[in-house]
Amino acid sequence: MIDLALDIASWASFSLGGFFLIVGAIGMIRLPDFWSRLHGAGVIDTAGAELILLGMIFQAGLTQVTIKLILIGLFVFLTSPTGTHAVANAAYVAGIRPLGEIKDDNDRETRGTKS
Amino acid sequence: MFTAATMAVSVTMALILIRAFLGPTVYDRVLAVNAFGTVTVLIIGLIGFLTERPEFLDIALLYALINFVGTIAILKFFRYRSLGRTSEANGHENSRGPAE
Repeated sequence: MIDLALDIASWASFSLGGFFLIVGAIGMIRLPDFWSRLHGAGVIDTAGAELILLGMIFQAGLTQVTIKLILIGLFVFLTSPTGTHAVANAAYVAGIRPLGEIKDDNDRETRGTKS
Repeated sequence: MFTAATMAVSVTMALILIRAFLGPTVYDRVLAVNAFGTVTVLIIGLIGFLTERPEFLDIALLYALINFVGTIAILKFFRYRSLGRTSEANGHENSRGPAE
């Protein structure tokens, strides 16, 4: 009975996580510029990865494997947004700006440039 | 169950690789490589479950650590063109890299 419930929870986590992974990857290919591709990478790094790890935790039971999976999950949860933020900051410093007209008055020197 | 998840992760890896090869700027590529590393951690864990060898999770944990440090190192290198002695060579004000 408890095995069936764990299997159902695992299937739900895996299918939802796989959905988020594939949607994020399609977004990384289809979206038009770098700043919108950050969104696709964020979906992969947070929702997809954590849900797949949660599905594995349901299957592992209360063992040492679960502790390792929780450690991986915590680490990915902390470092992936940090890495994405570092990429975005480096791209901003290098002068890449979003598509379209920029309406930020504080950003006069790069106003209207498209990249 | 693990086979289905592994297939979804493999499709994701293929799509991310397309962006990594296609990316117009270097930052697109770094972003794709960062996401690819996260997905690689997942597939190492899933292969460990598929082959009934949970020791693979240690490798996955190590890969997560190396992935983060590698991304930060690549970004620092592209920004300062050097991995050491950044602050005295060129400060934060005039450290704008070339627009790719």
